[in-house]
Amino acid sequence: MNSTRAAWLFVTPALVVIGVFFLLPVFAAFALSLTDFDLYALADRDNLRFVGFGNYLDLLRTPLFWTSLSNTLYFVAVGVPLSIAVSLAAALLLDSKLARFKGFFRTALFAPVVTTIVAVAVIWRYFFHTRYGFVNYVLGLVGIEPIDWLGSADWSMPTIILFAVWKNFGYNMIILLAGLQAVPEELHEAARIDGASFLQRLRHITLPLLKPTLLLVAIITTSGYFQLFAEPYVKTRGGPLQSTTSVLYFMFEEGFKWWNLGRASAVAFLLFVLILGVTALMLRLGRRGESA
Amino acid sequence: MLAALACVFAGCTRDADPRTTITFWAMGREGEVVAELLPDFERRNPDIRVSLQQLPWTAVHEKLLTAYAGDALPDIAQLGNSWVAEFAALDALEPLDARLAASPSIERADYFDGIWDTNVIDGHVLGVPWYVDTRLMFYRRDLLAAAGFQDPPRDWDEWRRAMATVKQRAGTGKYAILLPLDEFGPLLSLAVQQDEPLLRDGDTRGNFESAGFRAAFDFYTSMFERDWAPRMSDTQISNVWNEFANGFFVFYINGPWNIGELRRRLPPGSDALWTTAPLPGPRGEGASVAGGTSLVLFRGGEKHEAAWKLVEYLSDPAVQLHFHALTGDLPPRRSTWADPALAGDEPSRAFLNQLERVKPTPKVAEWERIVIEMQRAAERVARAGADRDATLRALDTEVDAILEKRRWIINRKLATP
Repeated sequence: MNSTRAAWLFVTPALVVIGVFFLLPVFAAFALSLTDFDLYALADRDNLRFVGFGNYLDLLRTPLFWTSLSNTLYFVAVGVPLSIAVSLAAALLLDSKLARFKGFFRTALFAPVVTTIVAVAVIWRYFFHTRYGFVNYVLGLVGIEPIDWLGSADWSMPTIILFAVWKNFGYNMIILLAGLQAVPEELHEAARIDGASFLQRLRHITLPLLKPTLLLVAIITTSGYFQLFAEPYVKTRGGPLQSTTSVLYFMFEEGFKWWNLGRASAVAFLLFVLILGVTALMLRLGRRGESA
Repeated sequence: MLAALACVFAGCTRDADPRTTITFWAMGREGEVVAELLPDFERRNPDIRVSLQQLPWTAVHEKLLTAYAGDALPDIAQLGNSWVAEFAALDALEPLDARLAASPSIERADYFDGIWDTNVIDGHVLGVPWYVDTRLMFYRRDLLAAAGFQDPPRDWDEWRRAMATVKQRAGTGKYAILLPLDEFGPLLSLAVQQDEPLLRDGDTRGNFESAGFRAAFDFYTSMFERDWAPRMSDTQISNVWNEFANGFFVFYINGPWNIGELRRRLPPGSDALWTTAPLPGPRGEGASVAGGTSLVLFRGGEKHEAAWKLVEYLSDPAVQLHFHALTGDLPPRRSTWADPALAGDEPSRAFLNQLERVKPTPKVAEWERIVIEMQRAAERVARAGADRDATLRALDTEVDAILEKRRWIINRKLATP
């Protein structure tokens, strides 16, 4: 009895913090999403109306919301597998016994994660400049016509994906590297004696043992990539032709550019439900694989 | 030594400044340049100190709204003319009628009508124009002459003929006019030339299916259909001034800052190759949009007297002339334009002509959003060949939805007298 009370006593500060700084804002935001809070309501609270789920229904009829959703799904569907593949490849290279200067490379590959996105975006903009950029220069050497990376609606999202993958792969690489180092060396040795090639060992030993780590990495990356914002904000401002407007960018414009905070909160909740659904699905699929 | 240091860190309250300190928010290039004018103001008004904050244009709208919500607005600020209605809706601006009536130096009649009107909301003057901005025509004099036109077009028919001839001579890959598809300025300028307003029913509904807007919209999109204008947005043209020098296009609808840009960026000796002309209208010289920024005072401030002195100082014709020399911004007062520095400058003179015929855009808080929707509709038709009538109907529906709250508020005010 006494120990239960003591336990609650210890947990209380944390619960209070979570309640005040997490639960309360979430409920407040949900309440806000049921109103039409906007510029007029900011001036005079009498101008606030309760609209129920009107904001949500309205959003589902807004073409730009669907555009932003499909852009975000495009970004997640291409970006997440690509990002994990690059992280895994880098982790495998760093884990290899043949690799030298591991400490140096680990730091170098992790560096993009800790750099400031705005500073890096400026450099990337020059890098991908249509006329004067290094990338088009190299492509020109092999006879490929210059590509308008950020100016054309077809190429803007691939460019954003490349940028995001480059910026983020180091983080997953470190987690995967830790997972790789936990794979017992004896298993590899035994397989090698049995004549298994590198690819066979990767498929039958490394990946199965790495599965819990991969699942974790996939879930973190997916939920992170759904919240795409900074990359289009600093590089394209959502353009051209709204081809890089993500759900979060759409929310930012609704909320802070047009000051429709009710609608913006509704967008936030739809995104929250979407991320929750997708990650829950991933978790379930991951677990099912385990029991089979 | 220690005492001196302590004094620095503690802000040295003992020798508190006896002067009234007013905070002034200014934006972009003007924010940098106005700092050079302030010492002179402080010399003339020894009891006032101005604390200037320079804000980048990209962040200023959010910052002003946040400051409004947090009750942290400055005493005086530079406000884009198109934002005046929005801050009026918030009831954040101090009406200036009484101060203007008493002011010896700011004369209403000296200001261009269209510009002054942008600051008048429900009969109250809420701002004093600081510098003005409108859109008119920049053109390559040599290329137009080569196509057989000595004078710039004055109405749409003449303009059409000139563009057709220019395009015919230029062939593929070169164009008669540049209208970046992500800029609403050109279409908006053509639209305000019409008799019908852009919004109807007391600015509570879109009026984009009106015959007037249709005429402007058709003229605009026809320039793309006939290949007089390239289907490009601003981001696809890396350097518009280089392209102008190369003869990529002959006509360009843009604002006064381009006079300075063109002089600076075109190769030396190119000044004779281009000039400006008033925007052609459907029937003779046409109107254009009234833009620019105004100086406003915010409600609830306690230092309005001192802040108003700064407004008067910055509105002084001599100071405005100095400001023009520093920035190239065009002054809003006719008396300032009498100076040879402006009256003798050919590209600027067309602006003087145009400023007598500028019209404000609808004064509703939602206008910025509406005009972006208008341009998106134009882009869909010009770029993707969408059906004009369906697009304009959809635009009106969308604008009506944006203005729904405004209708509700107005109706409620009418219901409860």
